[in-house]
Amino acid sequence: MSEPKLQRVLVIGATSGIARALSAVLAEAGYGLMLAGRDAGELERIAQDLRLRHAVDVETVNMDLDEPRHSLLVIDTCAQGGLYGVVIAAGYLGEQARANTDESEMLRVLNINYAAPAAMLNRLARHFEQTGEGFIIGVGSVAGDRGRQSNYHYGAAKGALALYLQGLRNRLQPAGVPVLTVKPGFVDTAMTWGLPGMFLVASPEDVARGIYRALRRRRNVVYLPWFWRWIMLIIRSVPEFVFKRLKL
Amino acid sequence: MQTKRIELSGWGRFPSTRQEVARPERYAGLRPAGNMFNLGRGMGRSYGDAALCNDGVVILTERVNRLLDFDAETGLLHAEAGVTLEDILRVFLPRGWFLPVTPGTRYVTLGGCLASDVHGKNHHHAGSFSNHVEAFELLTTTGERLHVTPENNPEAFWATAGGMGLTGMIGEIWLKLQRIESAWMQVRHYTGENLDALFGLMADDTLDDDYSVAWIDCLARGDQMGRGVLMTAHHAAAWSLDKKHKPFAQPGRVQRALPFDLPGGLLNRLSVSAFNAIYYRRQARRDEYHDHLLHYFYPLDSIGHWNRMYGRRGFIQHQCVIPEDNALDGIKALLSVLQHYGLASFLAVLKRFGAGGSGHLSFPMPGYTLAVDLPISGDAACRVAADLNAVVLEHGGRVYLAKDACLAPDEFRAMYPRYPEWLDIKRQLDPDGYMRSDLGVRLRIGEP
Repeated sequence: MSEPKLQRVLVIGATSGIARALSAVLAEAGYGLMLAGRDAGELERIAQDLRLRHAVDVETVNMDLDEPRHSLLVIDTCAQGGLYGVVIAAGYLGEQARANTDESEMLRVLNINYAAPAAMLNRLARHFEQTGEGFIIGVGSVAGDRGRQSNYHYGAAKGALALYLQGLRNRLQPAGVPVLTVKPGFVDTAMTWGLPGMFLVASPEDVARGIYRALRRRRNVVYLPWFWRWIMLIIRSVPEFVFKRLKL
Repeated sequence: MQTKRIELSGWGRFPSTRQEVARPERYAGLRPAGNMFNLGRGMGRSYGDAALCNDGVVILTERVNRLLDFDAETGLLHAEAGVTLEDILRVFLPRGWFLPVTPGTRYVTLGGCLASDVHGKNHHHAGSFSNHVEAFELLTTTGERLHVTPENNPEAFWATAGGMGLTGMIGEIWLKLQRIESAWMQVRHYTGENLDALFGLMADDTLDDDYSVAWIDCLARGDQMGRGVLMTAHHAAAWSLDKKHKPFAQPGRVQRALPFDLPGGLLNRLSVSAFNAIYYRRQARRDEYHDHLLHYFYPLDSIGHWNRMYGRRGFIQHQCVIPEDNALDGIKALLSVLQHYGLASFLAVLKRFGAGGSGHLSFPMPGYTLAVDLPISGDAACRVAADLNAVVLEHGGRVYLAKDACLAPDEFRAMYPRYPEWLDIKRQLDPDGYMRSDLGVRLRIGEP
């Protein structure tokens, strides 16, 4: 990462709050960007804003994680066009209550948060092995550290993503390609806006700066903001016979 | 629309209420919900209740703030309404572009600037904000997305410019920036030992410059009443700068924030009187100098949360304009009211307006405008404001709605004679009256 200029980074789920802020940090650092998402109009607005503010190349590409075949084709094209880094920031909280009774909702949560991102990274892993440079950032969640009745579909998917990234990190180690797992706590985005029970909510900009710092320091897993590491340590250490009785 | 309930107030922190608030993150989400009361809100820098909507939902524009296009030939900027002047300055000032008109803080959005049709220190030459807007997109409660220009839809254009957000949500704006050669201002100070002298200086065309504003010591009495310093300026040409002033250097960034509310009694007559006297002498000593434009235009922006200066209970800023012919008498009468109450105001700003705006509810009219802080808690401030408003009405002037929290419906109607015309257009754009603010409810905007 000594020469970031003109290197192109693919951001998947680019209209999400964290992705938008991270894209701005990457653009400011001089990376070119390929923004992927479903909402073409919104992607173009974000792209144009980054071009004007940071004078970098920004392209957009349509990608719907619910359309795996098309998404993988897009990934292949991106890889062929040269790709230095990839950020997976797509996320779908879903509705736990609905997912409890409606398997299509549950599968959608699993697919967007885990299956589709893993499939894409699968496709890109070979590319990174061959190039032997660049980086992979996967945005998980502290919700993936322990299953709780209020959001375990989302948590299970994010937990699976973290496990996948762990394996991928192991695989890409010889190629010298770092894989960063990001575990944000509550971030002030559309996903958390107006939800009850939010506390210690971080701004997307702070989280984005934290991600970039962790990337430069070649960290493996980063909790953002940092204190979530300790909060989750405590939550993980509650014995199961106690935890299962809690209303969380 | 996901909403949450939070405590909300204007910049003066009076009034303050709990409101439903939504914050769209996508452009498609930035639209009024047709079947409930709505109001757009940017940075919340209007002072009173103009950006509150107690029985509806306040739609925050802070995440819909993308720059969309810029033509480096013409200076035409196309951006979403949630973009702040700070955003624009950060990106375009180093490239040699500046705002055509700017209020005294850069932490305001384009949408807010248009809705309040803000003015700057160059009003007598450049007019108000809307004079530099070429077009905007208006999202109406009937679900329309209108591309509005002064040519294709003058009614919607001039009802929205200065319309306090009550015609619809402003979505995008096309604004013409001005080219500058440097980020420095060539500033000159002139001292007037009383109001008559100050008026003489301000009316003197040979002293005039692109920007001009006067600061008044409103505690000075007797034959010193209304003494002040006229500060004129223009953008410094690149050739005129000496070596230590690089054309687009950043100013020293000392951003400090007031960490807590100052105790109410700290700013009393005595302390402000002393401050004013020192300030007067210091400013009077300065003759001609270079000042970075961020300092010149936004002196208070370097103190975050400066509204805490007046304590928790909040304050009101009162700004009015008095037409040219009555201005000297009117301003004297206003100063007398302030002195009668023994109010210590840090900021008494006097400025000359040029031709009035075309917006039906735009504030500026040819004459002199005076802005003072009323550093007492809300209701008490309103009693003083009532006396000030009576003086304003008597002299044929009007009060700035973006700062108001106290005006009465009949006073508003007397001050804004084009209101019936505006109301016709409001009813076409928003037939069910869903765009609504606490200011609008207080002034019975929507009723004849």
